[in-house]
Amino acid sequence: MAQVSLRKIVKEYEGGVQAVKGIDLEIADHEFVVLVGPSGCGKSTTLRMIAGLEEITSGEIAIGGQVVNDIPPRDRDIAMVFQNYALYPHMSVYENMGFGLTLRKFPKDEIRRRVENAARILDIGNLLDRKPKALSGGQRQRVAMGRAIVRDPKVFLFDEPLSNLDAKLRVQMRTEIKKVHQTVKTTTVYVTHDQVEAMTLADRVVVMNQGIIEQVGAPQELYHHPATRFVAGFIGSPAMNFIPARLENGAGALRMHLPNDIVLPVPASRTQRYAPHAGREVLFGIRPEHLTEVRATDKPNIATFQATPEVVEPMGMETLVHFWMQGAEVCARLDPAVPVEPGRPLTMAADLDQMHLIDPVSGRVL
Amino acid sequence: MSGASVTRGAVAPPTYYKVGSIKRERRWALIGAYAALAVFVVFFLTPPFYMLVTSLKSSGEIADLSGNPWIVSSPTLENYRELLTQGNYVTHFLNSVIVTLAVVAITMVISIFAAFALSRMRFWGSTMLATGVFLTYLVPETLLFIPLFQIIGGLGLYNNLLAMILIYPTLTVPFTTWIMIGYFASIPKELDEAALIDGANHFQMLWKIFIPVALPGILAAMIFAFTVSWAQFLYPMAFLVSSEQMVLTVGIVSDLIRGDTFQWGKIMAGALMAAAPPLLVYAFLMDYYIAGLTAGATKG
Ligand SMILES: Nc1ncnc2c1ncn2[C@@H]1O[C@H](COP(=O)(O)OP(=O)(O)O)[C@@H](O)[C@H]1O
Ligand SMILES: [Mg+2]
Repeated sequence: MAQVSLRKIVKEYEGGVQAVKGIDLEIADHEFVVLVGPSGCGKSTTLRMIAGLEEITSGEIAIGGQVVNDIPPRDRDIAMVFQNYALYPHMSVYENMGFGLTLRKFPKDEIRRRVENAARILDIGNLLDRKPKALSGGQRQRVAMGRAIVRDPKVFLFDEPLSNLDAKLRVQMRTEIKKVHQTVKTTTVYVTHDQVEAMTLADRVVVMNQGIIEQVGAPQELYHHPATRFVAGFIGSPAMNFIPARLENGAGALRMHLPNDIVLPVPASRTQRYAPHAGREVLFGIRPEHLTEVRATDKPNIATFQATPEVVEPMGMETLVHFWMQGAEVCARLDPAVPVEPGRPLTMAADLDQMHLIDPVSGRVL
Repeated sequence: MSGASVTRGAVAPPTYYKVGSIKRERRWALIGAYAALAVFVVFFLTPPFYMLVTSLKSSGEIADLSGNPWIVSSPTLENYRELLTQGNYVTHFLNSVIVTLAVVAITMVISIFAAFALSRMRFWGSTMLATGVFLTYLVPETLLFIPLFQIIGGLGLYNNLLAMILIYPTLTVPFTTWIMIGYFASIPKELDEAALIDGANHFQMLWKIFIPVALPGILAAMIFAFTVSWAQFLYPMAFLVSSEQMVLTVGIVSDLIRGDTFQWGKIMAGALMAAAPPLLVYAFLMDYYIAGLTAGATKG
């Protein structure tokens, strides 16, 4: 087991596409780190550079303190789980899992011991004689993980391992992966485009966008303290609302002027932080779960305003309502007990302790 | 609107057209298929049947123009016996076997390595080479045998069976390589990467992953190489002159036709026996052959 260090990693593909634009990342021993970001942001490329499947254009990758830039994949002591599982179709589950050990000339009984141990962890002991063709998606996924566990490598690498599963199985395998990590404690780098997967699995989440790292942090930290507009909008579902606003200093108090002539006061706890930006155009960011109907909240720092829902989506445990503030769509999650109807005005309450202001030019959270 | 259609349905106008029936259409399709197949079977099996009939006749009966040529009046295995006991037929057969086995082996080794390299190792000019391989397949052998004559002569291999082992692969390798490139390309890239991470070098990757996974394609390529080698006529015709160096295709023609005397009974017997090995190979491996040739179309 080992830590992984990425230092100023750049990857430029033939044809000049810069997929990764200089990222720095320290992954601690035993840590479960998730790289998350939209499709094409360079997650897979980063993971494949750690694996040694892609050459590094510049920068340095170290595994367990040893720089591995010029070390081939087989000598990096890593194991990888692919999105399409990449099981060897002509081998049984047992042979698939033992293949890496066989190539490394492990004694037969040691291979048997390890395969059976991994099979027990993953609950696939009864499938060992089957060919991959005779397995369901979830079972293939387990075998692919078994193949990694058996090797007892320094680092596990996962590239979107759950994307080929249906929604229900995906949730189930997510728990499974977390359980396995708690059992074997191997340092893990996990790539996904699904922020829910990232939040639920990770010790630390690395949010990537267009080849750079936007923010690194624990799931709660990213949720409560996003550093950029991208992270604020990417983490959380439904996504955070962004409403154009002007910050004004009037009568000794900071206020936000929103569309529809709505004026909200900046709470006292934020005055000092936002005071230097008075007079500027900003984006007011607030999550749907922090917008409620006024009677359903007991939060101290709320500000109320009128809104007319245009779309109402009852979800059972909550009701999503959508309204527009001059072109900015706003979503709120209401208590299902609150009666709402499209077209009938509501008094909304914003929990301003949870608000964010964003510089619309730099995209930084102020 | 709906009211109108209900009324119409209730009245149920008489039908003046024939109502189609899936069952009946199926039956006609089947009858059509069988009829077409029957025509083809008759068309293609008539020559072999005539060969068989002729091979069972004595020279006297063949020369006799009075009877029905499709019927054997006194069947005899004399033609077969003579072929197998006198003359060079057995030698020709063995020569064909030797050449074919060697060519198939050489072809497969070259094309598997070539296809692996061309489909998986990206190097300068690899795409051009892959296209080039296919283009060489398009050059007709009738154009090639003149320059090849010089080469074979230069090597001192004129009138030598071994020359065939050297030349036939020029016919087989391009196509088999092409088949194998398609087949290897259909193997997902992640499979090699998993193998690389599991600790395989390129040779192990080829031997333990690619060859087993691509076995249907390899068998298809082998059958192709076998067929081409076994049936090749032009090159042995051009490069082999003495009977004991000859392979079946030219051996039968040169030994059993003397001037304008055709030993029809023996020619037919010899040709029938020569057709047996391909027949056996196809009978056992046909499914693989078809699966292999269509792999590119069906696999993503
Ligand atoms: N082999 C390649 N050659 C050229 N460009 C590539 C290659 N692989 C990926 N890219 C490009 O690099 C960028 C990042 O890709 P990738 O790391 O696969 O993204 P993702 O975050 O979806 O996994 C994309 O723009 C992609 O088109
Ligand atoms: Mg990817």
